[in-house]
Amino acid sequence: MSNSLDINSIRNDFPILNEVVNGKQLVYFDNAATTQKPRLVLDALAGYYEHYNANIHRGIHHLAEKATSAFEQSRRRLQAFLNAAYPEEIIFTYGTTDGINLVASSYGRTFLKEGDEVIISTMEHHSNIVPWQMLCEERGCVLKVIPINDDGEILMDEYEKLLTERTKIVSVVHVSNSLGTINPVKEIIEKAHAVGAKVLIDGAQASSHLEINVQDLDCDFYCLSLHKIYGPTGMGILYGKRDLLNAMPPYRGGGEMIKEVTFEKTTYNELPYKFEAGTPNIADVVAAKFALDYVDNLGKPNIAAYENKLLTYATEAVGEIDGLKIIGKAKHKVSVLSFVIDGIHHQDIGVLLDQQGIAIRTGHHCTQPLMNRFNITGTSRASFAVYNTIEEIDKLIRGLHKVKKMLG
Amino acid sequence: MTINAIQDELISDFELFDDWESKYEYIIDLGKQFPPLEEQYKTEENIIKGCQSKVWLNAYMEGDLLKFEADSDAIIVRGLVSMLVKVLSGHTPEEVSRADLYFMERVGLHQHLAQTRSNGLAAMLKQMRAYGFAFQAKSINV
Repeated sequence: MSNSLDINSIRNDFPILNEVVNGKQLVYFDNAATTQKPRLVLDALAGYYEHYNANIHRGIHHLAEKATSAFEQSRRRLQAFLNAAYPEEIIFTYGTTDGINLVASSYGRTFLKEGDEVIISTMEHHSNIVPWQMLCEERGCVLKVIPINDDGEILMDEYEKLLTERTKIVSVVHVSNSLGTINPVKEIIEKAHAVGAKVLIDGAQASSHLEINVQDLDCDFYCLSLHKIYGPTGMGILYGKRDLLNAMPPYRGGGEMIKEVTFEKTTYNELPYKFEAGTPNIADVVAAKFALDYVDNLGKPNIAAYENKLLTYATEAVGEIDGLKIIGKAKHKVSVLSFVIDGIHHQDIGVLLDQQGIAIRTGHHCTQPLMNRFNITGTSRASFAVYNTIEEIDKLIRGLHKVKKMLG
Repeated sequence: MTINAIQDELISDFELFDDWESKYEYIIDLGKQFPPLEEQYKTEENIIKGCQSKVWLNAYMEGDLLKFEADSDAIIVRGLVSMLVKVLSGHTPEEVSRADLYFMERVGLHQHLAQTRSNGLAAMLKQMRAYGFAFQAKSINV
C-alpha cells in the first residue's frame, strides 16, 4: 500500500533535500547514481566516530569490542536483507565494482581455462564488462553478449542459444542503470545452472527497489553498493555461496585475512575474513545497518509501489513533449526514466536543468555498448527515489519545456 | 587586442545579464553563430573527448600568430568553446602558453571548466596551451 507512506515526513528525514541550488530548492533526480542519506545514517556515522571508533577483531579493549560487535551486526543485517543462508557468505567490499572484480579475479582465474565462455548482456555497466574482458584476455576465454530488443529487454531465446557446456560464468545486471529494465534473473540463473555455469548478479540498481532473496534466486554471487540504498558511500557487499567462496583463493593479501604468517608460508583465515584484507571501512559498514533498517521500516513493497506511481506519472508527462523519445520501455521497470530529445544534446539538457536546481544525469551512464545498440551517444536520465514527489516531476516537465524553448 | 583586453570585454558583456536565462541564451547564441569546423579537421587527432560531449580543436600558425578553430556537438559547450577561441586565437604561441584565463571565473562559468570529464573544456584549454608551447619550441628549432 503506497499510501501508507507519509512522503512529507520521509522528506524531513533527508536534510540534503533542503539545499538551495542556483537559487532554487534542489530537485534531486539522480538517485540511480547515488541516493541521499537519512538523518539516522548520518547520526550513526557521527556516533561511531564520537563513541566507539576502534580497529576491529583483534583488540581486547572496550571500544574495539564495541566496534567489532557493531561491524558483525551489520554483516548479519545484510545476511537478513538478502536472505543469505550464513553470515560468512557476506563479504564487505568497497562497492559493486569491487565485488565483481573479486569474483572475476579469484574465481575466474582459478576455474576458467582457455576456450571457456563468459556470458554478459548488452545492457551491462562497464563494471560488469571490463573485469570479464580482462579475465578473458588473460585466460584466452570467450566473452559472449546477450542481445536485447528495442524496448530494452533481454532476448531469452538468444540467451539460450549462447549457453553451451563451455559456459562457465553468466554475469548479468538485475536492473539496468540506463534503462530501468528489471531482468528475469531467476530464469537466467536456472538456465545457466542447467549447463553447469555459475551466475553473478549485479544488484547495484535493484537493491533499493526490489526484495532480494539470494536463496530463492539461487544465484552464486550477488553484488551491491550501499550508497544506492540510502547508505554510506565506499562500501558494498559480495554475497557468494559458502562452498564457492571456500574454494576460491584470497583476492588481496594483508592483515585480517591470515591465520598464520611465516616468511615461508602463510595460512589463510576462514570466511569471510579471507576476503577482507586490511582495516575495513568500519564506520560505513556500521552505518549501513541503519540504512537497511530505514528501508525495511518503510517496506520495500511500499517504496516500489510509490516509485512506480512516480514513474507512471513522469512517463505520461514527458510523452507530451514534442520530439522526446523514451529509451527503455521494458514491461518490468524500476523508477528510471531515460530519454533523448530530437536535435538537442543531452549535455545541454543537463546544464540548463541544473540552472533550474534540477539534478539529473546525462551521458552514456557507463554503458557505452548499450548506447551504441540504440545508436545514440547518451541519454538524459531522471531516476526517482522514495523522497521524490509529483510536484518535483512537474518542475522537471516545466524545466524541459524551458530547455526546449531556449534551444529551439 | 591583448588576451586580457578580450577577456575584460567578455566580462563586461556578461555584466548585462541579471539572470541565468539571459546568460545562457547568450552562450547558446554564441554557439549558434560560431562557424562550424570544416569536416576535414574533425579528425580523431583533433578530437578532445569529454565524457558527454565531443570537442574538436584545430591549431595552425599564420605568420607569427597561433590560430585556433574548434567545434563541439553540444551547443552550450560550443558557445563556451567559441569564447575560449575568441580569447586565445590570434596571439603569439608564447602569449597563449602564458595566458592567465580569469574570465570564466569572473562571469560565473568556471564550473564548466572544472567538470573535466563531462565536457572536455578543461582538456581543450590544456591542449591550447600545449600548442602554445609546441609552436614556441618549433620556432626556436627553426
